[in-house]
Amino acid sequence: MEKNVIMSPTCELVLIGGSSGSLDVLLKIISSLRKDISIAIVVVVHRKTTSDSTLSELFSIRSSLPVKEVEDKDAIIPGVVYLAPSDYHLLFEKKHVFALDYSEKVNYSRPSIDVTFDSASEAYGNNAVAILLSGANADGTEGLKAIHQQGGITIAQTPETASFPYMPEQAILHAPVDFQMSVEQMIDYINGK
Amino acid sequence: MIQDEEVEVLINDLFELYGYDFTGYSRASIKRRINRLFILDSFPSFAEFRYRLKVDSAYLKRFVEEITVNVTEMFRDPLFYKTLREEVIPNIATKPFIRIWHAGCSTGEEVFSMAILLQEANLLHKALIYATDINPNVLEKARKGIFPLSQMRQYSENYISSGGRQDFSSYYTANYDRVKFDESFATRMIFSTHNLVCDGSFNEFDLILCRNVLIYFDIPLQNRVFELFDASLDTLAYLALGSKETMKFSSVTSNFKQLGKEKIWRKM
Ligand SMILES: C[S@@+](CC[C@H](N)C(=O)[O-])C[C@H]1O[C@@H](n2cnc3c(N)ncnc32)[C@H](O)[C@@H]1O
Repeated sequence: MEKNVIMSPTCELVLIGGSSGSLDVLLKIISSLRKDISIAIVVVVHRKTTSDSTLSELFSIRSSLPVKEVEDKDAIIPGVVYLAPSDYHLLFEKKHVFALDYSEKVNYSRPSIDVTFDSASEAYGNNAVAILLSGANADGTEGLKAIHQQGGITIAQTPETASFPYMPEQAILHAPVDFQMSVEQMIDYINGK
Repeated sequence: MIQDEEVEVLINDLFELYGYDFTGYSRASIKRRINRLFILDSFPSFAEFRYRLKVDSAYLKRFVEEITVNVTEMFRDPLFYKTLREEVIPNIATKPFIRIWHAGCSTGEEVFSMAILLQEANLLHKALIYATDINPNVLEKARKGIFPLSQMRQYSENYISSGGRQDFSSYYTANYDRVKFDESFATRMIFSTHNLVCDGSFNEFDLILCRNVLIYFDIPLQNRVFELFDASLDTLAYLALGSKETMKFSSVTSNFKQLGKEKIWRKM
């Protein structure tokens, strides 16, 4: 993983996108993160609108890091896990500041993983790492392309380890994916940041 | 793809040529919208896009309509409406006359939801709902009170979760794929264009709702709008924002007290 070594000093943001079958993986990752991690983690997951606060509570209980559901123009602080609120697209106003958008769904989703990854690629360039987990649709592929194009790192969950392999598979087929990782590898990778 | 500098060029053109001031808009969102339109209308280059905007006033109209986001729903965030129903409306009910302002009302779904709440509290007859937006096109739709039938199932569920006890379909008449809400609602509504960036206060209100509009503004512009709202609210009147919006960055926030966890503030 030589690219990892070169990039690691500048990584400021880890983005994680997931859909069907990603919740268990997310909980595993969140609960295994280093307490003194110095990057911000941003999670975009497709969900029903009603499960809103339940999800952030679920994350909070498992995480040793503070978990926050994003509000408009929130500052992005290292060592915090941010969760995209349901029914909004999550954007980056610039480095270190979020923005929310209530525009049309993308890939039948709001939040859409593509939208957040794409916006992060513009604000963070090669300082971003984007990870795509299990899912039954193709959201995230375009976003990974954008991240890669701006010099960031792209990672897909090894399809064999995903309950719904379609989403990482699509990414591997159509986007430049730097690494395929199992959940354990992802945890080591993020904790190494 | 339109670049950051090009976005600034367009924003500048719009202001200098037409007086449309988008300088305080959140760049992340406006850039997405501009790019979407650029692709949708298949411009070969930024230069042609810019030229079209300069010479074609019909296209300018399309531009303004397309870069503002008009997505909306009836009884969106049912728990918010439940709080309006149970905590806000009873407190303004004693007023001889009730004035409400929906700023950035889009196609009116929120306004008709409010009218239903007032009707059920038996207050609609003494209420006036001002509904404004920057975009005259959406106001034209709102005025008609006609919405797609396909949405009604969702809206009916939202209505019930908000504490509604009536048969939701009794409020409208269905015709093919659309429904029209009862005429009596619209008689208590006044629709008008109003630009939050440059237009001033035009009345005093008991409740102002401005939901999912401020997310499109940067913090300095949000601040100016909060000052406008502050100047348009009586003491003990309410300000309601979208579920992820906040007054915390505002200079007038100390004049207000938040109602629990809801995005509703009361002027003290
Ligand atoms: C996403 S919609 C919100 C609709 C509704 N309040 C809701 O929450 O469902 C945002 C609306 O704000 C309007 N808007 C944008 N800029 C504005 C401005 N400067 N003044 C007034 N309205 C504006 C747009 O035209 C659009 O209809």
